[in-house]
Amino acid sequence: MSEAREYKYIGRRTIRPDGFDKVTGRANYGADLSLPGMIWGKILRSPYAHAVIKSIDSSKAEAHPDVMAVVTYQDYPAVSSGGFEPGDGPTDLCDLARNILADDKALYHGHAIAAIAARTEAAAEEALSLIDIDYEVLPPVMDVADAMQPGSPVLHEDLFTKGLAEQPEKASNIATRMELKKGDIEAGFAAAEVIIERDFYTPTVHQGYIEPHATTVRYDEDGQSMIWCSTQGHFDVRASTAKLLSMDLGKLKVIASEIGGGFGGKTTVYLEPVALMLSKKSGRPVKMVMTRDEVFRASGPGSATRSTVKIGAKKDGTITAMQAKLCFEAGAFKGSPMGPGCMTVFTPYDVENIYIEGYDVVVNKPKVAAYRAPGAPQAEFAAEMVINELADELNIDPIELRLQNAAKEGTQTVYGPKLKAVGLVECLEAAKNSPHYKQALAENQGRGLAAGFWFNIGGQSSVIINMNPDGTGTIVEGNPDIGGSRASMQLMAAEELGIDVSKLNPIVADTEHVPYSATTGGSRTTFATGMAVIEAAQDVVRQMKERAAAVWNVTVEQVDWSDGVAINTAGEDRLTAAEICQGADRTGGQISGRGNINARGAGPSFAVHLCDVEVDMETGKTAVVRYTAIQDAGKAIHPGYVEGQYQGGAVQGIGWALNEEYIYNEDGVMENAGFLDYRIPLASDLPMIDTIIVEVPNAFHPFGVRGVGETGIVPPLAAVATAVSDAIGVRMTNLPCSPPRVLKAIQDTA
Amino acid sequence: MVSVVYEAPASVQDAVALLSGAEITATVLAGGTDLIIQMQGLVNESRLLVDLKKIPAMMEATLDAEGLQLGPCMSCAELTSREDIKSVYPGLIEAAYLIGSTQIQGRASVGGNLCNSSPAADTVPALIVNNAQCVIVGPSGERSIQVEDFATGVGQNCLEKGELLSLIRIPLPAANTSDAYLRFIPRTEMDIAVAGAAVSITLDDDGICTAARVSIGAVAPTVLVVAKAAEVLLGTKVDVQALQAVAEAASKASSPITDRRGTDEYRRHVVGVLAKRAAAIAAERVRGIQS
Ligand SMILES: Cc1cc2nc3c(=O)[nH]c(=O)nc-3n(C[C@H](O)[C@H](O)[C@H](O)COP(=O)(O)OP(=O)(O)OC[C@H]3O[C@@H](n4cnc5c(N)ncnc54)[C@H](O)[C@@H]3O)c2cc1C
Repeated sequence: MSEAREYKYIGRRTIRPDGFDKVTGRANYGADLSLPGMIWGKILRSPYAHAVIKSIDSSKAEAHPDVMAVVTYQDYPAVSSGGFEPGDGPTDLCDLARNILADDKALYHGHAIAAIAARTEAAAEEALSLIDIDYEVLPPVMDVADAMQPGSPVLHEDLFTKGLAEQPEKASNIATRMELKKGDIEAGFAAAEVIIERDFYTPTVHQGYIEPHATTVRYDEDGQSMIWCSTQGHFDVRASTAKLLSMDLGKLKVIASEIGGGFGGKTTVYLEPVALMLSKKSGRPVKMVMTRDEVFRASGPGSATRSTVKIGAKKDGTITAMQAKLCFEAGAFKGSPMGPGCMTVFTPYDVENIYIEGYDVVVNKPKVAAYRAPGAPQAEFAAEMVINELADELNIDPIELRLQNAAKEGTQTVYGPKLKAVGLVECLEAAKNSPHYKQALAENQGRGLAAGFWFNIGGQSSVIINMNPDGTGTIVEGNPDIGGSRASMQLMAAEELGIDVSKLNPIVADTEHVPYSATTGGSRTTFATGMAVIEAAQDVVRQMKERAAAVWNVTVEQVDWSDGVAINTAGEDRLTAAEICQGADRTGGQISGRGNINARGAGPSFAVHLCDVEVDMETGKTAVVRYTAIQDAGKAIHPGYVEGQYQGGAVQGIGWALNEEYIYNEDGVMENAGFLDYRIPLASDLPMIDTIIVEVPNAFHPFGVRGVGETGIVPPLAAVATAVSDAIGVRMTNLPCSPPRVLKAIQDTA
Repeated sequence: MVSVVYEAPASVQDAVALLSGAEITATVLAGGTDLIIQMQGLVNESRLLVDLKKIPAMMEATLDAEGLQLGPCMSCAELTSREDIKSVYPGLIEAAYLIGSTQIQGRASVGGNLCNSSPAADTVPALIVNNAQCVIVGPSGERSIQVEDFATGVGQNCLEKGELLSLIRIPLPAANTSDAYLRFIPRTEMDIAVAGAAVSITLDDDGICTAARVSIGAVAPTVLVVAKAAEVLLGTKVDVQALQAVAEAASKASSPITDRRGTDEYRRHVVGVLAKRAAAIAAERVRGIQS
């Protein structure tokens, strides 16, 4: 088992294999491919947040001398409603089709209505104004609370709430109601001596990846096609696009470019099926690149939420009952991360009586996409804020209160499995013993602490390791590398093979060169694809041993493998991996190992964050002055990238807590669709984010790995908001804690 | 299609001739950090860009007994590295230092900041409290105007067709005078002022304020001079009460709007806080000179 093993490569801070290309600017991103004869596609977007599309007349645009194709929803084969699983969770094909190009209704400002391909980018842009659309403007529904009201305008006449005791007869904006429970909630509150109940709000936020969506495609005469794009999952781009254009998977090759950030936002398709249809109609390669404005208005942000959390406890700190109502905005089509929100909200706590209800609600905003631990930051924000208030009320240290009720091995989760060994207690202890927690606060400063949980799933991954005749190897994987995973694959392969990392080159192959691999999402890559790497490496080792056995004329059982060398236990013979590869032509041909797996289990990871802020009491402006992120990695394959993930999660969470929000006017038009006024944190806004890696091995992985990419964004919302609350003496329940909101809170209590 | 004709004349006279003789829309180009972004919105237009950066006088700054003669196109990076100027007008230099980022300051100019005529322009309140003057040259000759009278509305100013800003003239401050500029943004850089305030203060040997100017930005269609806020400082030692009165006067003089960068209520409050703090810093700077 993992604890016993001494690692030679794992745990080293090697240089990332993609580093040189990135720092020299040589790396090719989504917008970097151009093809001979290529033309440009542009999208006409709805100027209204909610409108019926009565007619589209594109004849003038089609007559433009530079225009080579116009595409609308009508150009696609009819699709029937029904789920399929590309990317990060189930998608309704009908909704997907109507999101990439609107059918008879525009459902958000920026919703794609029609697309044009023209000889130049400027001509395509210009020709958009030649398309005439007759709209009947409807009142927009912009807030989950309004959308749930019985009298609210309805987005979809065919949307009937699922999950109710009785099938409703009227369409509504509530797509799903979900319930999770454990124990007896009434009894739990009856046993409580202190009960706290609060309402919370979190705004619509964007992942803020720096690289906009971009693609170049080519549809050939024989139907054989190619898509180059920036994505977290090219196999799922293939699946979605093939479905929408009614193509065989084998006809479509998708190549993932280098990716400039995604954070969940690149787990679905926007441009690719549109560009491919433009290419099919025009007979030319087509390139499409979103502007930043389009990215904000028409890609998939993270859900805004309204929630209520109620927690009861005994005076000694024993939590007796936890209850939550979580209302998630899905945007224009059903499918918010309300489910994972419900599943994670109370998971850090081992409590007998739990009741959770969740609502998935459509509003006139872009359809949400995954955003780093989708649903968990919003849900756990509410829970952690109440836990912190409870700690104050009971006069118990917030770490002690959590330790007293912490989830641990054997805890029955509300969503299904019993937890195996997890590291929450260890994270809490590390927080308690950290120099940060012991440091005294200065005037106008406040401290906040919060815990967080995320599953970190497994799923399908495929890896091939091709050995070269000189003993070097290529690790061929199918997962776009969004967080340094190539370095981790290299380290794990080196460990298994006993071949130095410098001799192993990890690459992300296209959909034709490696079997299906699920999207890089859910923090699954180092966990699941890592296991596929280990399996492929073991396959290589097995073959090397066979070759050595053949050379020595012994049985395979008589051959040992140690540190990249085959050893004849029946004699003195040794053969290095390089020697075996050099002789492969004489022992049966070249060597290549495979690991095509569907990884079972998950890598539940808990984190605890500590945040100190200083608030300018006259302006309400908050500065984060000290921050520590503590998280269980199971086993840190590459500690540098693990720390980077903790820091990145913390920073995105700090932005969410302090300044980030979609600002809409009364017509449902976003007013801050750019990085000037959608304020993600800048380097100068932040202190060094300190990290502590806790390692409690994951029973589901040979090295003990847990996914680490997402958990880190879960605790900061409550850690920061609690710190602000502590500094100003008022509890902040609505995010972001922007200067005007904080100042108002200060003034209202003065 | 957008077509651009680019000219880089070597003299102010040639620039004026190009601007006044143009048959298409003619625009002056300094650093371009406002202009190029604004031009991205153009469709189907022809433009003449007259780049003033090849005119030596536009790129120089001389500090002498008269005061500062600032070439309007000098980059903020160059200006802020001038220790001689900084020691006389620390508030103006800190305003220039706030514009954008290091990269932006390599191009952005004080003249461009002024001519773009945004109420949130950071250097304008600092120019105003220092009694700066604009020298304007056009087809009918030269004229001068106080900076506070230059902008006439959001993005509008008093320049006529063919005219350009040829010089910013800033008198030498009286003895025992200093200035300060503060702005509020939700982050630490790369943002547009939610509110801004500049203050210039003169103290006598007893520390009593004998002259003051207060100017506030981003809280009205143009940058404002707040005479009342200066008045309440006169005869005081710039103590807590006087500062509170400055804050109130500045807030009262403002007429901000609510937009994505802040509510009117918030801006009105914050501009007072900034005015008060800038006054305190300026007074502290004078005390530093005196001791
Ligand atoms: C990322 C970024 C951040 C920014 N941050 C700030 C900030 O923090 N604070 C701030 O105040 N501004 C900011 N700006 C705006 C801009 O940088 C400043 O206003 C800058 O001072 C403009 O100077 P420029 O030389 O680039 O002007 P240009 O863009 O060249 O010109 C601006 C306008 O003035 C006219 N003009 C310029 N010079 C003359 C002249 N001599 N005579 C007549 N007309 C003239 C031009 O025709 C144009 O209309 C930012 C801009 C960017 C892109």
